[in-house]
This record gives sequence, C-alpha cells and structure tokens, in this order.
Amino acid sequence: MEQAAQAASGNGLKLTLAWAFVGIPLTWGVIQTCINALQLFK
Amino acid sequence: MSFLSRDPTIAPAGYSRWLIPPAALCVHLCIGEAYAFSVFNLPMTKLLGITQSAPDDWKLTDLGWIFSIAIFFLGASAAVLGRWVEEGGPRRAMFTAAICFGSGFMVSAVGISMHALWLVYLGYGVIGGIGLGIGYISPVSTLIKWFPDKPGMATGMAIMGFGGAALVASPASVWLMSYFNTPSHIGVAETFVTLGVVYFCFMMVGAWLVRVPADGWKPEGFVAPVQAQKLITTSNVYVYEALKTPQFWLIWCVLCLNVTAGIGVLGQASAMSQEMFPGKVTPLAAAGFVGLMALFNMAGRFFWASTSDYIGRKNTYFCFFVLGAILYAIVPYTGSIGSVVAFVCAYAVIFSMYGGGFATVPAYLRDMFGTRYVGAIHGMLITAWSMAGIFGPVLVNYIRQYQLDHGVASAQAYNVSMYVMAGLLVVGFFCNLAVKAVDARHHMAARNLDLAA
Repeated sequence: MEQAAQAASGNGLKLTLAWAFVGIPLTWGVIQTCINALQLFK
Repeated sequence: MSFLSRDPTIAPAGYSRWLIPPAALCVHLCIGEAYAFSVFNLPMTKLLGITQSAPDDWKLTDLGWIFSIAIFFLGASAAVLGRWVEEGGPRRAMFTAAICFGSGFMVSAVGISMHALWLVYLGYGVIGGIGLGIGYISPVSTLIKWFPDKPGMATGMAIMGFGGAALVASPASVWLMSYFNTPSHIGVAETFVTLGVVYFCFMMVGAWLVRVPADGWKPEGFVAPVQAQKLITTSNVYVYEALKTPQFWLIWCVLCLNVTAGIGVLGQASAMSQEMFPGKVTPLAAAGFVGLMALFNMAGRFFWASTSDYIGRKNTYFCFFVLGAILYAIVPYTGSIGSVVAFVCAYAVIFSMYGGGFATVPAYLRDMFGTRYVGAIHGMLITAWSMAGIFGPVLVNYIRQYQLDHGVASAQAYNVSMYVMAGLLVVGFFCNLAVKAVDARHHMAARNLDLAA
C-alpha cells in the first residue's frame, strides 16, 4: 500500500514531463504545418 | 540485460497507465519520420553537383527505392518478428527498434559520404525498415492491456504519433540541412547523423518509460465482460491459428483497400492539387495542402480510433468505406467547378479516414482474436500496408499517365483514378460486411494459454 501511495505521488510530475516531452515537438510541428497551410487559402 | 527483460517492466502498484501513451509516442513520433523522407530526395540528387545534378549524381528514380525498401522491411519484420515482440515485452522491442532505426541513419550517412547508394538502401531501407516494423507494433498490445476499457483510443494515440511525426520531421530536416549546408557541400550526411542520434535517444526514453501491467490488473471501476459480445471475444486465438481464419484475411483486405485508396493519392497530393486547379494552387500552396493532409491524417487516427470504442470497429470501417467512396466520387466534381475549398474539405475527411484505418485496426483485431497475441497478429496484418504501398501509387500514377497519353487534359487526368479508388472502397465495404465472430474451434484452451504465457 505504501509503495502504491509513493508511486502515485510521483506520478503527477512524471506525467507532466512525459506528456511535455512528446507534446512540445508535436505542437511545434502542428503550428509549422498550419502556418504553411495558410498559403493554400491566400 | 535484465533492463530489457519482461520482469523489470512489470508496473509497480499505483503506476499511472497514462504514462504508457507518451512512451508509445516516443517511438511512433520517431519512426513516423519515414513519411517525411521525401524531403531528402532532391538534395540527394545534388550531392556531387551541389547547385544542380551532376551526371554521376543519384537519380530520383533510384532514390525512390529507399522508401519502398523501408516500407517492405517494415511489413516483413512486423510479420516475422511479431511473436518475438509479443513474448519479449515492449521494452526489448522498443530498444531494438531504437538501435535499428538510429543505426539505419548512421549507415546511410556513411553511404552518403562515400556516395554509395547501396549503403543507403541497406541503412535506411533494410536496417531502418526493420526498426520501423518492430517499433510500429511494439507498444500496441501493451496499450490494449492497459486500456481494456478504451483500446481504440489508446492505440489511436500511439499510431497518431506515426501520422504526426512527419509534421515535426519535415521542417526539422529542412532546417538541419540548411544548417549543415555550405557552398561546397550539401549537409545531408550530417543531418542523418544528427537525426540518428536524436531519434535513438528519444526512443530510448520510451523504452525506459514503458511498463506492462501486472497479471490481473484492471483499471479502477472496470468490469471485464464475462460473456463475449457479438463481435468482441473474451477468448484468445493463437497467432498462427489466426491466419487460418477468414476474419484475418477479411480484415487484411479491409486494411489493404482502405490504405491503397489513401496512399495512392498521398504521394501525388501536391502534383494533383496543382494540376486540378491550374493557376489557383501554386507550388507553395500545394506544399501547404500536403501539410494539411498530414494534419488530418494524424488527427483522424485519434478521432476515429476513439470513436470506434463507442460505435464499434465494424461500424467505423463502414463509415470509412461509405463516406470515402462518396467523397472520392465527388472529388472530380470539385475540380470541374474550380472549388479549392470543396476539394480540400473532401480530402481532409478522406485522409482522416486513411489514418483512422491504421489506428482502428489493432482494436478490431483485439475484438476478433483476443488480447494475448494481438501484437503479433497485428504485425502480420501490416503486410497489407506493404502491399497497398505498392498498389496505390502504381494505380494512381499509371491511370493518370494512361489518361494523359490518350489526350485527356491534365486537370481531368485524375478523374478515373478517383473513381477507381471509390470502387476499391466499395469492395472494402463488402469485405467488412463479411466479418463475423471467429469460430470457437480457433480459440485457445485455457490450458494452452497458460503454457503460452
């Protein structure tokens, strides 16, 4: 039980870092694509 | 190498299952770079001539084989190594994929420096292709085990990364090449080395993060159905036994036809948009169109796979085939009325369903064949993608050329291709319609399941 509680308490930071690690490059790629795609409607 | 064995990857109590999708994304966001490989093609035709192609420079037709070899080895390795991936656990598979994919770039970089094309075929095509195959299937069954309540959404999230990787890889590769470029040297080799190192490290983070759930683990509040539903089994089918079922081959056809329709157009999207709307769509705008399609390809993977958790896999594929066939049939009309907006909207939905087809299929297999060998069965199904990768572009390119040779104007040269694609989706509709629950004689007995475990 104690181990589970410890694991759960560390999860918040781990989750934030893990999702930021994959989310930041992906968001950058999406923004770059949207900027380029605007050319289509100019 | 205990780090790589299955036991250390068993999650401790309290481990959040929401850490598994980013682990899977670490791998898929890297290997999906394959979709952006074409950004290297033109620079690689000027490695000797620098400003323009020299007589000894590589030709575009020769370079096109790099991607084809990689996709072939993706399918072959996923099919051959699926059981090895399944039985060794996700960490060993992700680690191996990282080694293969990273070293594939390194070997290719050596090939580019020595101007030896066979080394690039071997590096990116063969070694990198094997990394692609292992990496693609490595997190699938793990995600399904962690998310028995939302298997479509979970695998959709990972496979979304494969679709989205090109959005990152394409501008990043262009930037790296311009960074390493000098007046006397094209920086492709250095770009490959950088990408190899970065992708290896990124994928290793995924290998470190991934965990398998402990035996008997289930999400809080989740009650596993005791009785099989109409199209969702509670039993398991052994990996090679699945090949003996008509359901496997029907789903193989479903995936192959859905992918053939999309992949054929994907390779021609830029040229097609410019030829169908001459004067309206510039090369720059066409590049924007390709990017936008990649965005919908990515978003569709998550959207449709998540939707399939609510409406069922079979119904999701019905949407793809009915809506897809109608939209493909409408595309020539959008060209005839000169509506770029209608053309873009039609393709946005088409490409969302192209991506959705990839992302929904692991959950479809889980429903049909159970969780135990879903990763390995998915690996064998990936051969449908390899076949589609050959059929799709060949169909679109040859039909277009045939039309042009017979005096059809370039703006209308794609019309027949679109009707053929619509026809393929109608065939896919009937394949999907024929999918029924797997006969109980193919199910593994509980005793065999223990032995297999």
